[in-house]
Amino acid sequence: MASVTLQDVRKVYAGGVEAVKGVSLDIPNGSFTVLLGPSGCGKSTLLRMIAGLEAITSGTVSIAGKVVNEVEPAERDIAMVFQNYALYPHMSVYDNMAYGLRNRGTAKEEIEKRVAEAAKLLAIGDFLKRKPRELSGGQRQRVAMGRAIVREPQAFLFDEPLSNLDAKLRVQMRIEIRRLHNRLKATSIFVTHDQIEAMTMADSIVVMNGGRVEQTGAPNHVYRFPATRFVATFIGSPAMNLLPGRIAGPGEAEIAGGGRIAFDPNAFDVTPGREVEIGIRPEDLRLAGSGEGALTFKKDFAEELGATRLFHGTVGEGAVVVALSGPAPAGDSFGLSAAPDAVHLFDPASGDSLRRA
Amino acid sequence: MVERRRFGDVIPHLILLIGIAIVAFPVYLCFVGSTLDQATIANGQMGLTPGPLFFETYWRTLFVGTSGTTREPVATMMFNSFVMALVIALGKIAISIISSYAVVYFKFPFRMAAFWMIFVTLMLPVEVRIYPTYKIAADLNLLNSYAGLTLPLIASATATLFFRQFFMTIPDELIEASKLDGAGPFRFFKDTVLPLSRTNIAALFVILFIYGWNQYLWPILITTHDDMQTIVIGIKKMIVTADALTEWNVVMATAMLAMLPPVAVVVLMQRWFVKGLVETEK
Ligand SMILES: Nc1ncnc2c1ncn2[C@@H]1O[C@H](COP(=O)(O)OP(=O)(O)OP(=O)(O)O)[C@@H](O)[C@H]1O
Ligand SMILES: [Mg+2]
Repeated sequence: MASVTLQDVRKVYAGGVEAVKGVSLDIPNGSFTVLLGPSGCGKSTLLRMIAGLEAITSGTVSIAGKVVNEVEPAERDIAMVFQNYALYPHMSVYDNMAYGLRNRGTAKEEIEKRVAEAAKLLAIGDFLKRKPRELSGGQRQRVAMGRAIVREPQAFLFDEPLSNLDAKLRVQMRIEIRRLHNRLKATSIFVTHDQIEAMTMADSIVVMNGGRVEQTGAPNHVYRFPATRFVATFIGSPAMNLLPGRIAGPGEAEIAGGGRIAFDPNAFDVTPGREVEIGIRPEDLRLAGSGEGALTFKKDFAEELGATRLFHGTVGEGAVVVALSGPAPAGDSFGLSAAPDAVHLFDPASGDSLRRA
Repeated sequence: MVERRRFGDVIPHLILLIGIAIVAFPVYLCFVGSTLDQATIANGQMGLTPGPLFFETYWRTLFVGTSGTTREPVATMMFNSFVMALVIALGKIAISIISSYAVVYFKFPFRMAAFWMIFVTLMLPVEVRIYPTYKIAADLNLLNSYAGLTLPLIASATATLFFRQFFMTIPDELIEASKLDGAGPFRFFKDTVLPLSRTNIAALFVILFIYGWNQYLWPILITTHDDMQTIVIGIKKMIVTADALTEWNVVMATAMLAMLPPVAVVVLMQRWFVKGLVETEK
């Protein structure tokens, strides 16, 4: 097990596409780091550069403190789990897991021992003689993980390994992977575009967009203190509401035609009169009490989710979604407010958070 | 419904039976001819039932040969044909699988040029290049040898294209997984590409074996010694212009024998084939 460090890593593909535009990351030993971002943001490219499957245009990748830019994938001592599993179709489950060890000249008894251990850990002991095509998606997934585990590598790399599974199995497998990580404590880098997967599994989330890192931090931190508008809207479901507004006074912002809302004046570096973009999560909005400065919400329609109800409508000119539990408010228009520390302010031009460092 | 389905079954079966009869009848006649004596055939008294000379004719055909024309028993010819067909089929498969592997998986200068050069040779079958090829074979002292019989026919654009198409369907992740598993190009070929190509190899072997077995023009040029004759040439030589001198019973027995190895290959490989198809099915 080892730390993985990236320093100003860039990737320009032969066709001129700049897929990764200078990424620096420090992935500590034993952590579970999730690379999160929309399709095409360069997550896979970054992961594949760590694996050695893609040449690094500039910058350095180090594993356990050693620069590995010129090291062959097999010698980097990492294991990868692919999206489509990439199991060898003509080999039995046992051989799939043993193959990498055999190529490295591991002793036969040692291979048997490690495969048996991994099989036990992943509950695939009954399928060792089967071919991959005789397994279900979830079982194949487990074999793919078994193939990685038996290698006892410095780091595990996962490229969207759950995206081929159905919703239920995905939830189950993500718990299993996380449980496995808690047990093995192996440095893991997990690529996904699913923010729920990222939130639930990660020790640390790296949010990527357009080949750059937008923010790095613990899931809760990234959720509570998004550094950019992109992170704010990408993490959380339904997405954070964004409304154009202006600072009306200390700790108070005004939304054109929509009312006023209080924010934490100590957290943000703003002066009255400044144009801002106000972000509030649907789940942070609540019905305003009487006498409270409130936003006027015009309801359009509601979605019933059981535990909560989603109201879609507008505040001023902007579209807003509100998640409310409890009895539905009467009428087509009602006042909303939020706790001051749940209100985020962004620079309308750059999209950066105005939060004090 | 039942009526209709029965009726619907009858017509296709009838057509199939007629088709089989058209194909099989001449073969049957040939078999009948091979069990009669020469005079009966020559006099046009051949019936539709086999005669009494089955063992005698085949024994003579296989181990003694005709009295004048081929001067070698058919067993020798069959052996020659078999070696030729086998070496051509295996050689073509070996060369083309290796060259496709190079073209698909390696980046080297003029890779596409190499591929197109192979592609262009599709237009140059042995019949087209027969004189220069003969000259080269003669200069290399390959006349009347198995090498001369097979080498010039081995290079194969068709099989190379065939394997290239197949290799391009192997997912990239499999190569990448192999790389991470510490398998170099040779191991990837031996452990993954070759096993995955099994059924394709089997299919190609059937086609190429028959291609080799049926060669006529090239063997007739390259072999002059009787003991290097192939069976296809043997049949041709046995049929002499003066009808009465042709030992028709031997000719027909030879024709029957010439059919057996290709049929055997098809039957044997077909089993393998289906097994393979079922196995790779996902
Ligand atoms: N081999 C390649 N040649 C040229 N451009 C490429 C190549 N592979 C990827 N790209 C481009 O690089 C960018 C990043 O691709 P990448 O596969 O890393 O995205 P991703 O974040 O993994 O997306 P997804 O979630 O869809 O898998 C994309 O714009 C893609 O078109
Ligand atoms: Mg990807």
